[in-house]
Amino acid sequence: MKSKEPEPKILVFSTNSISDPGIDLAGGAHLHYSTAVQVIPLPCSSGVKPSWIVHALQQGFDGVFIAGCGGDCAFLSDCTPRTSAVIKKAQDMMKENGISPKRLKMSGICSVCADNFVGHMNNFQNELRKLEADENKQD
Amino acid sequence: MKQRRIGVYICHCGGNISDYVNVQEVADAVKNDPNVAISRTHTFACSDASQQEMIDEIREQNLDGLVIASCSPKLHVFTFRGMAERADLNQYQYVHVNLREQCSWVHGNDKAGATAKGINILRAGIAKCALTKPLTAIRVDTKPRVLIIGAGVAGMRAAILLADMGLSVFMVEKEKEAGGWALHAGNMGPENQNGTDIAAGLLKRIQAHENIMLYTGAEVTGKSGSIGDFTVMARLDNNEEVSLNVGAIVVTTGFSPYEPKEGEYGWGIPGVVSLLDFRRMVEQSNGKLQHNGKPVRTVSFIYCVGSRQKKKKDCPDANTYCSRYCCSAATHTASQLGKLDPSVRQYHLFRDVRTYGALETVYEESRRDGAIFLKWEPKNPPVVEQKGGQLSVTVKDTLSGGDELEIGSDLVVLVNGMEPRENDALNDILKIPESKDGFYNEIHIKLRPVETVIDGVFIAGASQGPKTLAESVASSLAAVAKTGGLLKKGYVDLEPLVAKVNTDKCLWCDECLKACPYGAIEKINFGEKEVAFVIEAMCKGEGGCVPVCPHDAIEIEGYRDDQICAMIDASIKELETPA
Repeated sequence: MKSKEPEPKILVFSTNSISDPGIDLAGGAHLHYSTAVQVIPLPCSSGVKPSWIVHALQQGFDGVFIAGCGGDCAFLSDCTPRTSAVIKKAQDMMKENGISPKRLKMSGICSVCADNFVGHMNNFQNELRKLEADENKQD
Repeated sequence: MKQRRIGVYICHCGGNISDYVNVQEVADAVKNDPNVAISRTHTFACSDASQQEMIDEIREQNLDGLVIASCSPKLHVFTFRGMAERADLNQYQYVHVNLREQCSWVHGNDKAGATAKGINILRAGIAKCALTKPLTAIRVDTKPRVLIIGAGVAGMRAAILLADMGLSVFMVEKEKEAGGWALHAGNMGPENQNGTDIAAGLLKRIQAHENIMLYTGAEVTGKSGSIGDFTVMARLDNNEEVSLNVGAIVVTTGFSPYEPKEGEYGWGIPGVVSLLDFRRMVEQSNGKLQHNGKPVRTVSFIYCVGSRQKKKKDCPDANTYCSRYCCSAATHTASQLGKLDPSVRQYHLFRDVRTYGALETVYEESRRDGAIFLKWEPKNPPVVEQKGGQLSVTVKDTLSGGDELEIGSDLVVLVNGMEPRENDALNDILKIPESKDGFYNEIHIKLRPVETVIDGVFIAGASQGPKTLAESVASSLAAVAKTGGLLKKGYVDLEPLVAKVNTDKCLWCDECLKACPYGAIEKINFGEKEVAFVIEAMCKGEGGCVPVCPHDAIEIEGYRDDQICAMIDASIKELETPA
């Protein structure tokens, strides 16, 4: 199966010890998601710079997904609120740059959350398709 | 920017990658990159023969960077780091690309798409590699001394073994007496050893050991330093403060027994007791079990009290975990009771009997000793009431088709589980992350079960989750192995992938200091101004300080701003013009 339709491109920021192993597990279980999903691993989701998110969207990614450490973070007990603060800051910057805040999503992905991750990717691509259609309508 | 000479190797992984990704096409796609000197494939990059070929090539071709696209980095980062070092290439100039778990295995239905994505993620890896610098591990000398916090059985076992290795051991115990909960456990299954005797035996060896200093009635009041060289302050029972200089800390602070809420399964009604209380009653009875001067004829046990709870309105802080030890302890107590007085009727109201492994024999023995088991479902929990001077326990027993039974009882024993010990002051000092359950969190439950993210601080025993005594000691011996290995070597090399401050941009505003829970940031004078300084050995490199810096002046080595932006640029470029 190979779809000719260009698929929404998603950049995922994962975290080395929590969400990246979860994303790996989707591979271990031979689940499928779109080839338009690419992952850049980092140590922790609290360390994502909002400017990276905006940069990725300006360079051509249709959406950015932060696969956060969630409550399992081994570094910071307040990892989730910190990551949420990053998201908020990034969405403010996105609005300033005329980018819909809906192009950024975050969810905690645990080290065994393979199905969960694949579900998020499929949903996010659908949402991005819809967003694309809505934005085209407005133009 | 100076051009690099990067070696790029794409692994077939047998066919795990090459069946789904055209690896030759991937290798060819990057070979004209100006920073790439060599790009080729290997059937198994991790094999000795392939590693030797790569080592030869790194040397012969003077490569100054290495990118390997193969399985998940979790499997072979350290393999290839070691290989790079053997080839005299700095290990931090090697970048791993996850071409199997995050490409070939998830895109098995689309070889062209997987190949195009493979090229993109490889380009991102090359872009990152082109910006790597040689880094040196942070080497720290270690002091040959250990602090053990908590002198229960786990802590005492650890102390004796570490002292036997020739290390000096300090123990700080909050209670007036060492021994922990074993002191109160009475006879324990399966071998029927007495907890008080076990604790006393260990204490005797500790007191006789010239390498161990035990402080009871003492508390840790402060900690500074980092792995290999901590200074820990402790207040002794005479209020004197001592300063202990140690290379590592082992935390064996144990658990607290679950204290039932008022009214929970009749808690508060006379005759409703905890498991520990009941064990003491059995031990102290002289042949005949009595309560309030009356002989005890019927005892009902209710299992899973304070364990496996569901979060709901009247139970907001549910203990969702299984406390592991209670089924075995309660069934062992059943045998003790049966042997004391076989005429006592005993009913065990359980959810599941989790007497796992060899402890199954304890359960079997309890059935021979007269224990009768009734199974209840969480939606119909047993109800304990006082009726006419006796306790009445009502239960819907699913093993007899859900029949409602009322058991008149002289005693009701609540088989209460374990909870994390409340130790707020100590937690503020140690800063060990806690799990959702509130117990201390290890780095990885299977692969690094006694290490914490605080380098040099180890956890063991029930402080990291409910455990039987045997499991507690096993984990404490694991902590002994890690601590001994660390301190006997004399030094430790730490990852240099930590925060670094751009002193040109930094205008000291203390945001990074506030964001760092590890105390790794200090203010220093730098020329005319004040700037942030990173104490490398204390920095965890998680990057929590990076997005909060208003001056864009702090970043994590290995995940620098220029590297991440270059990765983004490299990975999107090719998506637009698929091969």
